[in-house]
Amino acid sequence: MTISIDPQKTNNESLQPKGWLRYFSFSLDHKVIGIQYLVCGFLFYLIGGTLASAIRIELASPMSDFMPRDVYNQVLTLHGTIMIFLWIVPVVNGAFGNYLIPFYVGARDMAFPRLNAVAFWLIPPSGLMLVASYFVEGAAQAGWTAYPPLSITTPQSGQIIWILSVLLLGGSSIFGGINFIATIIKLRRPGLKLMQLPMYCWAMLGTSLLVVLSTPVLAGTLILLSFDIIANTGFFNPVLGGNVVVYQHLFWFYSHPAVYIMVLPAFGLVSEILPVHARKPLFGYTTMVFSIMGIVVLGLVVWAHHMFTSGTPPWMRLFFTIATAFIAVPTGIKFFNWVATLWGGKISINSAMLFSCGFIINFVFGGITGVALAQVPFDIHVHDTYFVVAHFHYIVYGGTVFIIFSSIYHWFPKVTGKMLNEKLGILHFIITFIGFNLCFAPQHWLGLNGMPRRVAEYDPQFQFVNQISSLGALLMAISTIPFLINVFLSVRDGKDAGDNPWNALTPEWLTSSPPPVENWQGEAPLVEEPYGYGKEIPEQK
Amino acid sequence: MTTLDSSKEIQKNNSEVNETHEDFRMFGLITFLIADGMTFAGFFAAYLTYKAVNPLPDGAIYELELPIPTLNTILLLVSSATFHKAGKALLKDENSESQKWLFFTAFLGIIFLICQLFEYFHLPFGLTDNLFASTFYALTGFHGLHVTLGTLMILIIAWQSRIKGGRLTSQNMFPLEAVELYWHFVDGIWVILFIILYLL
Repeated sequence: MTISIDPQKTNNESLQPKGWLRYFSFSLDHKVIGIQYLVCGFLFYLIGGTLASAIRIELASPMSDFMPRDVYNQVLTLHGTIMIFLWIVPVVNGAFGNYLIPFYVGARDMAFPRLNAVAFWLIPPSGLMLVASYFVEGAAQAGWTAYPPLSITTPQSGQIIWILSVLLLGGSSIFGGINFIATIIKLRRPGLKLMQLPMYCWAMLGTSLLVVLSTPVLAGTLILLSFDIIANTGFFNPVLGGNVVVYQHLFWFYSHPAVYIMVLPAFGLVSEILPVHARKPLFGYTTMVFSIMGIVVLGLVVWAHHMFTSGTPPWMRLFFTIATAFIAVPTGIKFFNWVATLWGGKISINSAMLFSCGFIINFVFGGITGVALAQVPFDIHVHDTYFVVAHFHYIVYGGTVFIIFSSIYHWFPKVTGKMLNEKLGILHFIITFIGFNLCFAPQHWLGLNGMPRRVAEYDPQFQFVNQISSLGALLMAISTIPFLINVFLSVRDGKDAGDNPWNALTPEWLTSSPPPVENWQGEAPLVEEPYGYGKEIPEQK
Repeated sequence: MTTLDSSKEIQKNNSEVNETHEDFRMFGLITFLIADGMTFAGFFAAYLTYKAVNPLPDGAIYELELPIPTLNTILLLVSSATFHKAGKALLKDENSESQKWLFFTAFLGIIFLICQLFEYFHLPFGLTDNLFASTFYALTGFHGLHVTLGTLMILIIAWQSRIKGGRLTSQNMFPLEAVELYWHFVDGIWVILFIILYLL
């Protein structure tokens, strides 16, 4: 059965508000929804960043003087939850996915536009709920993992609001995932083969499979946890005969894949950006595709490496160590492919390229410490120390957030039709890169020397290194200023970008900037070689 | 840079083309049901782990009787068949016949829910009595929620398949097919649940 699209119905632009107003409406346009995700995510990033600064100010001295201990716990809980569920996941999936995927598959919109809008509009209310949970009597303070029995025994009203908010965000994420899978598999332009898709499509396909398979398990787990809190059942409460380790298994069955949900789309985005600015085809397309799918499969069977200190039996430790070490193989393939893409290319040193290169450097550090953490003897030594904090910030900030900024510099001309200022962009990169490494590299040392995470007070011998780290955090906070100035100035009177300022070959550049409502005037172009730089290209059909 | 010039070509005639694409609503529904199935999979995994590692404390009561759930299994299996009948009738444009089967299916769903509630009220344990009691109520309750939603949807499509003014016809089968797939899914989950909770 086929559905025919009546141009009279779909092209009815008068139904959609125009101008700025459409970003506050229930718009069905995938481009509007993408920008809604991005701006909404960025606002939450500013909130989460403020909380991070508060944490670093507190840790500049070994005593708990800037805020009381319980407030410190509430702040770190809110910081983690906001950054993961309201900044990284919605932006790297929702924002760029919604904006780019329909272009890449040659479609006019996502497969289910209404579901798409619903998925976005679940985010602002649940985000506000999450922020509001801080102000009720007894805010959530069990960390973003909400491990019981801590989450059951600490004050409950904030924790319950926290759970409801995360459930809504999970629902939003699942709806988005269903939409991406249907769009990539079913809505491809006739004649476009799967192996001709830009790499970001493959990354989003893999990510969406992980979202659909693992997020519901988190939802189920949080429902059980809320029963424990509200109805006094004992699923995870040892006093009532429950089992806390079951919670950890179920939680990490989602939350380890969540790492890939946060980082796989970034892999896809960097694979789009590097070939354009190095003027070379993406190296090893096929191996890239298989390593993404390999990461998806392996990513689902490594979760217990977060639980080596939870009384895990030896066979389980052995299995999860080996499985985790295997993930280094596809990840390494991707890493070498990016380096090989740059090798011998005609590299333009601009902000997008710099942030991408920063990503590659940071990600190697995060990847190496990740392999180290997978080894049981080492993990038991550094478990729950600042070494882990350093590791995952190298992945999610040094990896994903760098790529988010790189993508903003790369696609801003397409979205707005204006170029961003390169000088301010490079300044933004330099401050971010120095600040980030100054903040998190010393934390490896702190962790190896035994400074525990999630505690407001520490041994005075660590004070100097902590102050270096806080100085780095200050630089990271400052780095947002040139970026914001840049965006505001460029939107108002930036240089005109034209349709294709980077001379890129992927399909989104073959339409006007900003693109028209249904993406293309006339039929969608068939792009068979999205990375055909430096080659003789057959005429686009 | 031959590709770049072609972008100008595509702009010359604009988009009053009547496009068609495949109907992928069913594909989306299947993806959603996989996600929904994973929620149940998480619950089942939790229950089986409890069963393997957490002994029932002394004096705690957790006993299940078989007759009602067996009856419920039969009810759901029959309802899947009657739903299938409804679809076949609608395909032959026999709307009132289809409606009859749909109402019968919804009736079976309601009987299932009544039996479930009857079982709840006659069990010797409550929600918070022990770990297994909690898991039992959580699992069957979550499934019962699915049956309730399914029954409501069946009633809606039964109303929509009326001859005068109904939107469900042999040309527009999707709503019926979607609810049918969902109902078979709920049915299948019940069979797994019955085996794991009652028979194991």
